[in-house]
Amino acid sequence: MAKFEEGLLYSESHEYIRVEGEYGYIGISDYAQHALGNVVYVDMPDVDDDVTAGEEFGAVESVKAASDLFSPVSGTVVEVNEALEDTPELLNEDAFANWIIKVQLSDKAELDNLMDAKAYQAFCEKE
Amino acid sequence: MNNRLYGNLIFELSKEGRKGYSLPKNNFGSYEIPASMMRNEEAALPECDELTVVRHYTNLSNNNFGVDTGFYPLGSCTMKYNPKINEEMAALPQFQGLHPEQPANTTKGALALVSLLEKSLCELTGLAHFTFKPYAGAHGELTGLMTIDNYHRSRGDMQRKKVIVPDSAHGTNPASAAVCGLEIVEVKSLADGTVDFEDLKRLVAEEGPNIAAMMMTNPNTLGLFETRIPEIAKLIHDCGGLMYYDGANLNPMLGACRPGDMGFDVMHINLHKTFSTPHGGGGPGSGPVGVREGLQEFFPTVSPYHGNFAVMMRAYAYILSLGKEHVKEVGPLAVLNANYIKESLKDVYELPIDTVCCHEFVFDGLKDKSTGVTTMDVAKRLLDYGYHAPTIYFPLLFHESLMVEPTENESKETLDGFIAVMRKIAEEAKTDPELVKTAPHNTPIGRVDDVLAAKQVIVNYRQLKAKA
Amino acid sequence: MTYKYFPHTEDELQAMLEKAGVKSLDGLYAQIPESIRFRGDYKLPSEMSEQEVRDCFAKLGSQNEQLTCFAGFGVYDHYTPSVIPSLLARSEFLTSYTPYQAEISQGTLHYIFEYQSMMAELTGMDISNASMYDGTTAAAEAAMMAVAAGKKQGKVLVSEGINPRTRAVLDTYALHKGIELVTIPMKDGATDLSALTSQLSSLEGVAGVMVQQPNVYGIVEDFTGFAETCHEHKALFIIDSVAADLAVLKTPGEWGADIAVGDGQSLGIPMLFGGPYVGYMCCTEKLIRKMPGRIVGMTKDNREQRAFVLTLQAREQHIRRQKATSNICSNQSLMALFVTVYLSLMGKQGMKEAAQLSYAGAHYLCEQLLKTGKFRLAYDKPFFNEFFVKYDGDTDALYKRFIDAGFLGGVKYEDGILFAVTEKRTKEEIDNLVKIAAL
Repeated sequence: MAKFEEGLLYSESHEYIRVEGEYGYIGISDYAQHALGNVVYVDMPDVDDDVTAGEEFGAVESVKAASDLFSPVSGTVVEVNEALEDTPELLNEDAFANWIIKVQLSDKAELDNLMDAKAYQAFCEKE
Repeated sequence: MNNRLYGNLIFELSKEGRKGYSLPKNNFGSYEIPASMMRNEEAALPECDELTVVRHYTNLSNNNFGVDTGFYPLGSCTMKYNPKINEEMAALPQFQGLHPEQPANTTKGALALVSLLEKSLCELTGLAHFTFKPYAGAHGELTGLMTIDNYHRSRGDMQRKKVIVPDSAHGTNPASAAVCGLEIVEVKSLADGTVDFEDLKRLVAEEGPNIAAMMMTNPNTLGLFETRIPEIAKLIHDCGGLMYYDGANLNPMLGACRPGDMGFDVMHINLHKTFSTPHGGGGPGSGPVGVREGLQEFFPTVSPYHGNFAVMMRAYAYILSLGKEHVKEVGPLAVLNANYIKESLKDVYELPIDTVCCHEFVFDGLKDKSTGVTTMDVAKRLLDYGYHAPTIYFPLLFHESLMVEPTENESKETLDGFIAVMRKIAEEAKTDPELVKTAPHNTPIGRVDDVLAAKQVIVNYRQLKAKA
Repeated sequence: MTYKYFPHTEDELQAMLEKAGVKSLDGLYAQIPESIRFRGDYKLPSEMSEQEVRDCFAKLGSQNEQLTCFAGFGVYDHYTPSVIPSLLARSEFLTSYTPYQAEISQGTLHYIFEYQSMMAELTGMDISNASMYDGTTAAAEAAMMAVAAGKKQGKVLVSEGINPRTRAVLDTYALHKGIELVTIPMKDGATDLSALTSQLSSLEGVAGVMVQQPNVYGIVEDFTGFAETCHEHKALFIIDSVAADLAVLKTPGEWGADIAVGDGQSLGIPMLFGGPYVGYMCCTEKLIRKMPGRIVGMTKDNREQRAFVLTLQAREQHIRRQKATSNICSNQSLMALFVTVYLSLMGKQGMKEAAQLSYAGAHYLCEQLLKTGKFRLAYDKPFFNEFFVKYDGDTDALYKRFIDAGFLGGVKYEDGILFAVTEKRTKEEIDNLVKIAAL
């Protein structure tokens, strides 16, 4: 069973964001991780790259699938989770503990377009 | 199959100082390659004597399965028999040494062959001209789309960039469109897998002036003939688009129906499917593109010469062998073989669309889903019994797709043998599901760890040594 | 209805039709509208026996002229060891399909792994894919790969020294894909680094820079400083080379290339009027996920044995669909086996010796032609086994004289002739060619 962690915001494309002040940690949900299966590679942007809400910023690959990552918010990448370069399976172990990028938010109002854990769970159940 | 010497790479058989070649003497005097031109580090190529090389690759071949080994019902790939005479014709010395830049008056025989093959393909498809430049099916698809794009550009119709594709289409269709700078719009399929004509009408109404083409296989990916094809073609032509025929499923149409008569303007043919040239472990193929009169001027330059000429020689030998008498029997016999298997197995395998099919059909896994045995398991268990597996998990319309294409060359005994084994596996799934789930057991290797392969990424000997 | 490729007897046909639930073969097509059924006879010749097929091909073959080849231009007349056709004819290789079922395709997967290893060695690059169609399409794929890797950059600079056959294919792909190709001019027969530097500074969004080694004139260029200049401007450096030459020439890897492409035909593959050949594509480790085409990787099976399997498939068309780096699926697998066996036989020593022979032959021919006083080298630059000369006389007439004497006397290009020599050309053949040239 997939976990839906409280306190995070979720997008319909199955990314989450954990907001801490001006910054947000973006990753994929546990539901998405389950759907993908064994993650073998995470394609991440570079630090200082800009991301835009709803636009692609990378991809997650399993053996037989590849899923683009869409940023839930706009901003600038300030950190990428380098541990995923060598151990992408961390996403399978704990998708919430292992964020993919840390972004400095440029427009906090965008967060209003995202779902809380309960709404996201309901969204996933419908899918 | 032979497992001996299995583990060795040719690099591991190498010994410094051995050689497997002989070269003429240097009678030119000393012309030393200047050091400034030369590479610093030597290429670490293996050093082997001739017999070691011959044994190594012979042993490797024993770990392979081809059409000559056994029944190969790989859906959508048309694994028909590759006649031996074709191989011999393609190896004729009078063609081997022709340089492609040789003046035309010195290559008359080769050029005649190209034009004779073109004429034959025109007759078989109802189209007017072919280009042989494309090297493979996907390359043909791209060439066809470029031809269409060139046509619209020539008319100043620059906005026509959308290509309609059924949602059941091969994955190459969207990829080819993207390489051609075109955009795919999907038309829905009905429950029986054919194009939803109402949805197509809606798309045409919305996108009419932007539609470059509609791309279809017919029969479609489920092996079903699109009976509304004349109406579909009219609809697309009326909005200014062209009809593209993906020739992947042409085989059942030989003797039954020609793409040109169905209303298609552009098509590619996989000579390595319908015209019996060998698949070679994944190429070389040949993907000639045919067009209606007037479109030939829009053929793009996707390769420098006449494409994979030796593959074309094989296809022509095949057409000559069959002649007009037997070419037309290809389709009906292929269709008969497919229907025979389908009807003989549909009580134990789930047949989502129960109708007369063309050259192939799709099961949605075992009928009894309670055993937990998947399509993958059935496929792997087939290997134990000496059959190649059907195409699995394609089309994506069903969860447990198992796509079977027997071709016209297979005898009733072969089909009966396959049917018996498929039934036996269905039985095993009930009585001993573990046996099926852990299959294959009798092959040179067992199931492979693809996750490890994708994670560790060892794709050559140098990396293998470094990571050892 | 029985025919040598159709095993159905009359009784079996009836039994099978019954099982299929139709009365006749025609009934299998009942769903097809009559208006589009094909009912007539195809206008094709009647069936032929093997003997007749053979005669027909023999007749066609006799209309080709067998010339002693001094032509190159990307396609070279190297020797094919007998072992190769014999091994390639093994039907377990020949009649198999793409190795999707790894358990019964280790033969194919294994040799592709070896092929990838050998191509990486030859090019001096980290990674090779399982092959491309040919050199020209490999170059086009490299241009697309550079653009895909460079994100929002849509230009590729292409040296004037690239073979025009390759350039034509590049132009085709670029037109449709929306890539802008800009030509880097040559100076004295070699790509002009200072022109490239200023182009890179003035043009926005250059994703890649492509050069050819040896270039279209056969000249071995000096690419010192090229990779650094490209990388300063975040462009990938792409080198297109004749595979066999790399056994001795400074490699794309040593020049600092990010992508190496070219044709493998020079590894003993017959010229065969244009194909099949095999394209190769290699890149740095960093770019592996942008690489088009199939890749075979090593892994283990559930019996703890070493095994090979298609890997990194998430890059490919059947998964990525319109987002795939390329639409390539089948490549030239059997031709990859061809070059793998060739390189296994030749080994590092044989490749070097063959290269030295080609080099010696070409330089001998060049010297002899210059001695006639009727030829001059267009550029005073080092060459390998192909060179570009101008003839003081009627080039067309000379070319015809060559053919009448049974020689394919090079390839006419611009206002001169490109001659190529391989290890197959004997001193006697060269001397005879020179005699005609001296007339």
